[in-house]
Amino acid sequence: MAHTVPVGQKWWSGGKSPFNVEYGKLMMWYFLMSDAFTFGAFLISYGSIRFSSSSWPNPNEVFRTFPFIGEMSVPLAFVSLMTFILIMSSVTMVMAVGAGQAQDRKAVMKWMFLTILGGLAFLGCQAWEWTHLHAEGAWWGRNPFMNIDGTQSTTNFTNYFFTITGFHGFHVFSGVIINTIMLIKTWRGDFERKGHYLMIEKAGLYWHFVDLVWVFVFTCFYLL
Amino acid sequence: MDSANMTTTGLPQEKSEFNTKAIWRTFWILLAITLFELLIAIIYYETHFFPKHLLNGVFIIMTLAKAFFIIAEFMHLGHEIRNLVMTIAIPALLFVWFLIAFTWDGSSYHNLRMRYDRYQFEQSKTKVQKTEHKEEGKKPGVE
Repeated sequence: MAHTVPVGQKWWSGGKSPFNVEYGKLMMWYFLMSDAFTFGAFLISYGSIRFSSSSWPNPNEVFRTFPFIGEMSVPLAFVSLMTFILIMSSVTMVMAVGAGQAQDRKAVMKWMFLTILGGLAFLGCQAWEWTHLHAEGAWWGRNPFMNIDGTQSTTNFTNYFFTITGFHGFHVFSGVIINTIMLIKTWRGDFERKGHYLMIEKAGLYWHFVDLVWVFVFTCFYLL
Repeated sequence: MDSANMTTTGLPQEKSEFNTKAIWRTFWILLAITLFELLIAIIYYETHFFPKHLLNGVFIIMTLAKAFFIIAEFMHLGHEIRNLVMTIAIPALLFVWFLIAFTWDGSSYHNLRMRYDRYQFEQSKTKVQKTEHKEEGKKPGVE
C-alpha cells in the first residue's frame, strides 16, 4: 500500500514494495498459510482414518435436527443455515473493508457490527449443535451412532468431529474478539487519525479464512 | 492476476476500486453452490440415485470452486500482484501430496487390518441393533 511502482520499473530494485501490499497484510497472508496447514493436517488425518475404516456413520442420520421443531428429521438443514450465516458475515466483512478504503468511518462501524453479529450467531448455532449431540450421547470418547452399513462404529467419528469443529469454532471466537477490538478502535477514531483502515483489511483476511475453513469442514463432515 | 494489475500507475493510488457488485455476485455464486450441494446430498439420501464415490468427487470439485471464489474475491488475492499470488499458491500445492499420501496410507492400513486382524474383520461384518442412544449401556468403540 505504501508504494506504487511506475510502469516499466523493476520490482526488486529496492525502495518500493515489490508485492504492493503493506507488510502487516503480507504477514497475515503467511500466518494464514501456516494456519491452513494446521487445519489441513487435522482434516487429512480425519480423511486418513476414514479411509482406514470399513464404514462410517451417515451424516444425514447424525445431523438431522433443527432447533424448536422437535424430532422432525431435516437432514443437513441446520448446518446449511450455519454456512449461510458465515458466508453472509464474510460479505459484511468485505463491505467493511470497502467502507474503510472509502474512509467512511460510520459505514465501517455499521458493517463491522453486522459481521460481529454474524459471528455470534454462528457460535450460537454451534453451541446448540454441540449441546444437542451431547444430549444424544455423543462426546469425545463416546459415539452413540452406528455405521451406515449397520455395523458398530468407533469413537473416531465423534473425536474428530468435536476436535475439528471445536478448533474451527475457537477460530470463529477469536475472530469475533478481533473484530470487536477493530470496531472499538474504529469508534475511537484510531484509524481515521492514522489515515488508513488497513487493520480492518487484516482482520478481514482472518475472518474470510475462517469462512474458507468452514467450507472444507462442511464438505468433510456433512457431505462426504 | 493478469498483467493489468501488475503494473500500477504512479498515481496516488486507490489500489483497487472497490466493487460492491462483484462481492454480491460472489455471494450468490457461493450460496448457489452450497444449495446445490445440499440438494444433491438430500436427493442421494432419499434415493441413492448415484454411486456415492462419484458424488464425493462432485462435492470436492464444488468445494474447491467455493474456496477459489472466497480466496480470489473476498480475500482479494485474485487482484494482487502475481508474485504475491505465487508465494501463496505454490506452497499450497503441498496439499496435493499431503492428501494423496495420507489417504493412500489410510486405505493401505484398512487392507492390512481386514487381512490380518481377525477382530476388525468380524466387527466389519457384524450388524448391531439400532440403539435408542441413551448413555450407559454399551460403550461404543471400546475395544
